[in-house]
Amino acid sequence: MEKRAIFGGRALPYLLLAPQLLITLVFFYWPASQAVWQSFLLEDAFGLRTDFVWFENYNHLFHDGDYYRAMATTAIFSIAVTALSLSIALLLAVQADKSIKGAGAYKTLLIWPYAVAPAIAGVLWLFMFQPSLGLVARGLRALGLDWNPLLNGDHAMALVIMASTWKQISYNFLFFLAGLQSIPRSVIEAAAIDGARPVRRFWTIVFPLLSPTAFFLLVVNIVYVFFDTFGIIDAMTGGGPAKATETLVYKVFFDGRLGGNLGGSAAQSVILMIMVIALTAVQFRYIERRVTY
Amino acid sequence: MASVTLQDVRKVYAGGVEAVQGVTLDIPDGSFTVLLGPSGCGKSTLLRMIAGLETITAGTVSIGGRIVNEVEPADRDIAMVFQNYALYPHMSVYDNMAYGLRNHGVPKAEIESRVAQAAKLLAIGDFLDRKPRALSGGQRQRVAMGRAIVREPQAFLFDEPLSNLDAKLRVQMRIEIRRLHNRLKATSIFVTHDQIEAMTMADKIVVMNGGRVEQTGAPNQVYRFPATRFVATFIGSPAMNLIPGRVVESGLVDVGGGRIAFDAATLPTEVGREVEVGIRPEDLRLAGNGGGALTFTKDFAEELGATRLFHGMVGDAAVVVALAGPAPAGDTFGLSAAPEAVHLFDPASGNSLRKA
Repeated sequence: MEKRAIFGGRALPYLLLAPQLLITLVFFYWPASQAVWQSFLLEDAFGLRTDFVWFENYNHLFHDGDYYRAMATTAIFSIAVTALSLSIALLLAVQADKSIKGAGAYKTLLIWPYAVAPAIAGVLWLFMFQPSLGLVARGLRALGLDWNPLLNGDHAMALVIMASTWKQISYNFLFFLAGLQSIPRSVIEAAAIDGARPVRRFWTIVFPLLSPTAFFLLVVNIVYVFFDTFGIIDAMTGGGPAKATETLVYKVFFDGRLGGNLGGSAAQSVILMIMVIALTAVQFRYIERRVTY
Repeated sequence: MASVTLQDVRKVYAGGVEAVQGVTLDIPDGSFTVLLGPSGCGKSTLLRMIAGLETITAGTVSIGGRIVNEVEPADRDIAMVFQNYALYPHMSVYDNMAYGLRNHGVPKAEIESRVAQAAKLLAIGDFLDRKPRALSGGQRQRVAMGRAIVREPQAFLFDEPLSNLDAKLRVQMRIEIRRLHNRLKATSIFVTHDQIEAMTMADKIVVMNGGRVEQTGAPNQVYRFPATRFVATFIGSPAMNLIPGRVVESGLVDVGGGRIAFDAATLPTEVGREVEVGIRPEDLRLAGNGGGALTFTKDFAEELGATRLFHGMVGDAAVVVALAGPAPAGDTFGLSAAPEAVHLFDPASGNSLRKA
C-alpha cells in the first residue's frame, strides 16, 4: 500500500526534515569530513606547524607492522564474536520459540544484557575474571588453569570476546526470535509430515527461511565488533597486555588521543569508514535481492 | 492405501476446553470422507490428530490397522494439503515435491519419474523450476496436491484446501480433486465447512458439531434423512424450515398455520406430542385451488433465475419456499408437501423422530 503525506506549503516539509538533517550534518558529516581533512595533515612533535602531506599518513600506515597486527587482532576478534554471538543467539531463540513454560520470563531475561552499557558490561566481566579476586578466575585456578588476563594476551583476548559476545547475544536473539516466529507454522508441519525430523527440518526449512535475518545480523554484528566494542576493550584491557587486544578502532583512539598522532589516527578512521561503507553497500545489495524469496 | 479408524478419540486442551468429545469413526480404505461442520466444531483438530500434529488426549487412532497415537507424523505415512498450501517458499516447485521423497531416501531416478508423473497429472510441468511466489493461487494448490501425490501415502488429509480460492476456481478444483480421487483410489479425509463441497465430493459425510459427530452417511442419506435438527439445517441451502407443531392424529401435525400430513410408518409418534416440523424449501409446492395444507403469507421474493425464493410466514414461524414456474398471484397462498418430505424432530433434544 502506498503511504504518502501531502503537505501544503513548500517550507513545512523542509522544516520537518531540518532537525534530522541538522543532526546528521553536525554529528556525522562534519566530523567525517574533518577526519578526511586531518588524514592529509602532519603535525610536528611540538605542535608548532602543520603540513599538508597528501597520502603520507596512509603510506606510513601501510608500512607499519603494528597496524597489520591490529588488523589481525580485529579479524580474530570480530570473527570470534560474530560467530559466537550469532550461533548462541540462534540456539537460544530456537529454544524460546518452542512454547515452553515461563517463555515470557525467559525471553525478558535474555533481552536484559542489551540494556547494559558496554563499559559496565566490561567491568562486570573484569570483576568475574580478575585473577586474584574474580569468582570465575578462582574457579579456573582451582581447575589447574593458570588464568591471568592481565599478563597473558590470549586470556585477555578470550575475556573481551566473552564480554562482547554476551553483550550482543540479546540483540541477535530478538531478531532471530522474530524471524522464527514469522515462519508459518504450517510450513514446519508440512515438513514434519513430509518425513523430516526436527534436526533435518531445521537445516532444510527453518534455517534457509531465516537466512535473510542471519545475513542482516552478520553485517550488523561486524559493524558492532568493529566499533561498539571500544568501551568493553577500554574498560577491560585498555588494548593490552602488550597490545594483544588492540583492535583497529582502539588503535585509532590510542594513536590519536594518547599518542598524539592526529594525522595517522585520522587516516585509520578514514580506512575504517570505507570498510563500513563497503559492508553497508554489500548488505543493501544483497538484501534487496534475497530478502523476499 | 489403508483404512483409518478412530476409537473414542478425545482432545482436551490445556485450558480445559474439550475440542473433540469422543469421536468413533471408521473411514474405509479408498473412500473419500468429508468432515463437515461449522468453525470450531473440532473437525480440523480431529484431522490434525490423525496427522499427528496434535496429541491425542484419549482414545486411539489407527491407520491401516496400526495404532499411531505415539507415532511421529513423519512415520504415519500420510500426506496433508493445508489451507494456506504451506509450500516451502525457498524451494522450487520440483524441490517442493521431491522434498518428502528425499527425506524417505527414495532413489534420485525414482524421484524424477514420480515428480514428472504427478506434474503431468496436475498440469504443472511447465513451472517446475519456479518458486511458489511466482505461482497463482490455483497453481499453488496444484503443487500442494502434487507434493501429496508423489509420496504415495496410505491416506490423504485435506484441511480446507479450497477456502483460499475464489469461487470459480473452487468449483473447478473441487471437480479436479474428485476426478483425481477416482483415478488414484486413495483414502482421503477432507475437512470443510462448506456443505456444497461436502455434498459434491464425499462418499461419506461426517457432520460434526460442538466436538461430536452428529451424523455419518452418504451425502444423499444425510440430506434426505437428517438425524438431528442441526444436520437438517446445516445441510441444504437455503436451510430447512423448522416450524413448531403438535401431532393431532397419527400422520397429521398441526403447525398453527395449517395441518400437514407426514409418514406415520417411519415417524411413529403419539397423538398430542409437541414436535418440530422440518420441511425443505424445495420440498414445498404450490397447492392447487381449494386450499393446500399450509397457509403462507409472502413477505418478499428473491429471484434466482431457475427458481424463486419466497420469504414469509406460516402461522408464527418464518418459512422460505423455493418455487419454479410462474409466481403465484396474491400475497397469501396455500402450500403442500409430500408426506415423506416432512421431518419431525424432538423439540428438546433436536433428534429426529424417524424410526431407525
